[in-house]
Amino acid sequence: MPSPAFHAPGTVDEVVGLLAGDPQARVLAGGTDLIVQMRSGRIAPSAVIDLKRIGGMSGVRVEAGTFAIGAATACTALKDCAELVAAWPGVVEAANLIGSVQVRNRATMGGNLCNASPAADSVPALVAAGATCVVAGPAGRREVPVAAIPAGPGKTSLAPGEFVVEIRLPPRPAGGGDAYLRSIPRTEMDIAVVGAGVSLVLGPDGTCTSARIALGAVAPTVVLVEDAAAALVGSRLDDAALDRMAEAVRAACRPIDDKRGTAGYRTAMAAVLARRTVNIARERAQSESTSKA
Amino acid sequence: MSKLLVSTTVNGDAQEFLCDPGATLLEALREQLGLTGSKEGCGSGDCGACTVVLDGNMVCSCLVLAAEAEGRQVATIEGVAEGSMLHPVQQKFLEHGALQCGFCTPGFIVAAKALLDHNPAPSESEVRYWLAGNLCRCTGYDKIVRAVMDAAAQLRQERMPA
Repeated sequence: MPSPAFHAPGTVDEVVGLLAGDPQARVLAGGTDLIVQMRSGRIAPSAVIDLKRIGGMSGVRVEAGTFAIGAATACTALKDCAELVAAWPGVVEAANLIGSVQVRNRATMGGNLCNASPAADSVPALVAAGATCVVAGPAGRREVPVAAIPAGPGKTSLAPGEFVVEIRLPPRPAGGGDAYLRSIPRTEMDIAVVGAGVSLVLGPDGTCTSARIALGAVAPTVVLVEDAAAALVGSRLDDAALDRMAEAVRAACRPIDDKRGTAGYRTAMAAVLARRTVNIARERAQSESTSKA
Repeated sequence: MSKLLVSTTVNGDAQEFLCDPGATLLEALREQLGLTGSKEGCGSGDCGACTVVLDGNMVCSCLVLAAEAEGRQVATIEGVAEGSMLHPVQQKFLEHGALQCGFCTPGFIVAAKALLDHNPAPSESEVRYWLAGNLCRCTGYDKIVRAVMDAAAQLRQERMPA
């Protein structure tokens, strides 16, 4: 492959300057997508800008219960933050379904988001959790919902010269629980045929007061299914409510047929998986309200 | 494009090499430093034949740019044995016949050692999940898993206070 220039700046501002001066440059986080694409010839950036030497871009900061995950934080490093594992286990589990241990030691949260694969495992979990991200660029910084970043397979809404600096998660709400499940034909080293991220809040009597349900690999981007969430809110997650949720999930699917699964299979599985994921999130939310009682 | 000078530590020794900015760590190890134990199977992070340990974490060296190794610690298959003394993982691979063609073996040994370095008593299931990113087309994996379990047992015994 033609060799790009290599930069390893120490600050976010330097990255902004490098990107402004070279529109064909690409930022490098974990490299598990970028380097593969460079080697296959799919992309030929003029320069690669390594983000991992920038303080604060690797690792998780906990600030008054909120979490700031540096965009260059490796998936496995999320497990080192006990508060994050306790608050958002679904997000940590989703990131740690990606690839192998070797890949997860490199693959990052920012990269999984900005590679913009419809099947990215961490993205539905982040969207369900209500995550936002901080974007830096020539016009300064802005904070946008994670769900606003993917624009289609391999495409993001980032403007030229912009990159994701960190991902932010709110404190876990009282009575809250989250989960992520994906369907693949084996147990490891595969790409989601369907993914479902769920975040729920249950009141003291078990009534669902808030829900977010996000699906992966069933549309060009992650889908936040508001009708599915609405089917659960106000219910005690009884079978009738779960049936309405499943129906809304199926209605939101716009999948493709490919070697991993047919559109019909994906649509049917999305409902099955969403139901299983809701059940895990419910157990977590209940254990939360029990431990507080 | 001019070459980059990279200073790094490989298997405990300070090393310097020149590389293209787009070269991978695997290419630098094999072509600049002559450490040909790490293999390129797929070049896309699927097979694990190029597994090395970078600052304590095992990674696919085909998915690391050589320039990223500046100032880092790299451990390769060449550093696993101590002189002519094989590491227990290597010895057990021999005893159990956990290889045929051998192409995947360096990656498996680096990965298995990385597991046992931080988890001295893995379950068989933990071994299989840990090694999911290492592909072997010869053995069917059973002998590899048995060798790793046996190496773990031996290492636990060696570490027991006398």
